Amino acid sequence: MSVTPEKFGDVSRRTLLQRAAAAGLLAVPAAGLLSACAGSEPSKSDGGGAAKSKDNPFGVKDGSAVKVVVFNGGLGDQWAKEDKVIFNAKHPNITVNMSSTQKIKTEEQPKMATQPSDLVMNSGADMMDRSTLINEGAIEPLDDLLTAPAWDSEGTVADSLLPGTVADGTQNGKFYVVNVAYTVWGNWYNAALFKKEGWTAPTTWDEFFALAPKIKAKGMAPYVHDAVHGYYPRWALFASIWKAVGKQAVVDIDNLKDGAWKADGIVAALEPWEKLVKDKLLLPGKLDHTQSQQAFLDGKAAFIQVGTWLKNEMAATIPPGFEMTISDYWSKSGDKAAKDVFASSGEGFVVPSKAPNKEAAKEFLRAILSKAGSAKFAELTKSLASTKGSGDNVQDTALASANSLMKNGSSDLISVKFPDFYADLDKESQNLSEELMAGRLTAQQFVDKMQAAADKVAKDSSIKKQTRTA
Amino acid sequence: MRHGVARFVTGFLALPVALYLFYVVWPFAQAAGYSLTDWGGYSDSQRFVGLDNYVRLFSDELIRKAFWHNVFFLVTVPLFTIALALFLAFLLNVGGREDRAGIRGVFGSGIYKVIFFFPQVLSLVVIAVMWQQIYRTDGQGLINGLLIKIGLVDADNPIAFTADPEPFLGVPAVLWWLLFIAVWSGAGFYMVLFSAAMQSIPKDIYEAAILDGAGRFHTFFKVTLPLLRDSISVAWVYLGFIALDMYALVFVMTPSQGGPNHASEIFASVIQFNAFQKGQFGYACAIAVALAIFTILLAALQLRITRRERIEF
Repeated sequence: MSVTPEKFGDVSRRTLLQRAAAAGLLAVPAAGLLSACAGSEPSKSDGGGAAKSKDNPFGVKDGSAVKVVVFNGGLGDQWAKEDKVIFNAKHPNITVNMSSTQKIKTEEQPKMATQPSDLVMNSGADMMDRSTLINEGAIEPLDDLLTAPAWDSEGTVADSLLPGTVADGTQNGKFYVVNVAYTVWGNWYNAALFKKEGWTAPTTWDEFFALAPKIKAKGMAPYVHDAVHGYYPRWALFASIWKAVGKQAVVDIDNLKDGAWKADGIVAALEPWEKLVKDKLLLPGKLDHTQSQQAFLDGKAAFIQVGTWLKNEMAATIPPGFEMTISDYWSKSGDKAAKDVFASSGEGFVVPSKAPNKEAAKEFLRAILSKAGSAKFAELTKSLASTKGSGDNVQDTALASANSLMKNGSSDLISVKFPDFYADLDKESQNLSEELMAGRLTAQQFVDKMQAAADKVAKDSSIKKQTRTA
Repeated sequence: MRHGVARFVTGFLALPVALYLFYVVWPFAQAAGYSLTDWGGYSDSQRFVGLDNYVRLFSDELIRKAFWHNVFFLVTVPLFTIALALFLAFLLNVGGREDRAGIRGVFGSGIYKVIFFFPQVLSLVVIAVMWQQIYRTDGQGLINGLLIKIGLVDADNPIAFTADPEPFLGVPAVLWWLLFIAVWSGAGFYMVLFSAAMQSIPKDIYEAAILDGAGRFHTFFKVTLPLLRDSISVAWVYLGFIALDMYALVFVMTPSQGGPNHASEIFASVIQFNAFQKGQFGYACAIAVALAIFTILLAALQLRITRRERIEF
């Protein structure tokens, strides 16, 4: 009949589907209980029991087999096949059955309660909800992996990981998810062009504002960003706030603390962005992510702010001789945490609690996180691995610059949690970020409006509140 | 045999009616039920909150904004679409040269009909994606590129189209740009509808009008328009429904689906946000139910106002 009632019915059909899915989730522990009643031992493992040593810290038994499932998405699965070679060099008598898929939840969730794979890369659009997995006891805590010796370097596995990787995989005080990839955000530029023009990449706002007229004189816009998806500029704005005022200010913002946005220095931290817009240093037009990235590649803008997936995303259209290089978000004098870098780990592996060969699964993780394995990962995916120094020997400017950015940064990582906590504030902050970048708000107005939006969420009793501690 | 016929008919109807009840009517009822709860959409528990959601709805700033944006479309989409469709249909059917005998459309009207109808065969999402390229906000966009080349638009200040919240005649520019697409994509279908209706008007009425010395202008307003009243009335109701939806265009074409900064927020985008991003299904259902009631009332009102005596020919 009409369009509107159809939509109305559509929502209802979806709720129906979601209820069915929810019922399915409930059925998982129920199935577990049933099988427990049948007398099986849920956490029995038949792969372990061999003598433990530095080269075999979990006591994996020779002749056992391990089933590894890899998510075959944007990063491909070739790197995982290389890890298999590395693993088998040390353990020739353990069979690795590796398969790759994009349908992690569809294929793995039904097996979780009975006979799961030993190691699952829980990633992509069809991933299993992490909190649900942990709350239902479906995946194994991997704290012993962290304390195990690293595969091919000194110290423990935990020592070999980039900052944040352990925290990102920890929930309720235990380490569950082993993230193998690493994303860094910052300002990108074309090093070849900068060399040719004799420009030095700025590290502070002052240096940028001094360089900007020279860039403009060449007929280029100094800066471009995604003007459609508000979370793109939001990364940059929060990097500036964190660097200027320090971590506690952002934690307070995340916790909706009274007057958190009015903290000293937040307005000043955002003023360079206001100036950037007012001085007309942005490329004209309201471009989306790929349009703005292409404009950057076409040499229409000198800088673009985005994460390290840029190289993979634009691989098909990068012009020859273009030296894509990432640099840290600019700081200004007097910043409290100028060295903190905006970065986080992702692409997580989990070991199901009922996996038959958990020892081998952990051993395989050790191989993935090894120096050799992470170097292959970086080389094949052009993304950093969560292991330190994965990009050391890769001849790729994008990767090498991200690698050195991480090396020069401090160990504290910039992160913002409130967008994951509160949908209203997520949307509002995206909208206001774009408004600021469109020149319709001043830094002061932006801060006032963010405070008002945060107050509104804090007062709304229908919204469940969350707390950030670290 | 009466009894046998009834059983025959019932036998055929039972399954479709059951399917309809289960897949269409029951979800409606379910949504109405959810609208009285605080259900989040993912858990199995829900608390009955009575009419709380409906009370909240009236003080929700975003809904008030969405309401006025939908009202804007409700007025403009039918008005402009029907006007354009009528104009095109008139030209294609009776607007031809007057110097020869007979009533005909303008030269090449068969081809025009196909061209104007063409947007109708495309899905609305395809249309939205296509117009994204036409509306591109830098020199590479079809419109901006052209206007920059001939010097009508400053390359440093191109038209922002759907990213422009600045008001034009009191309404955010983004809504006008979306309106343009809605009218463009809808006019072809209603042109065909009106063409069919015009062709069923007996030619002798026109010939009589021409003999009496009526020109194109008078034939249109004194003959064609009154005889198309029924078709136009139906078209108005249909277009009203489309105007209350507009979801595909807003979802695909505007920043943050309803932006910039809520400048193109509509009922559907508010429902989507509350249900799927905010996880407040109960509240989203309440908005949807309110919208459904509003739509039904509007349709009833519309059909009542335009009901007149019919002319049979």
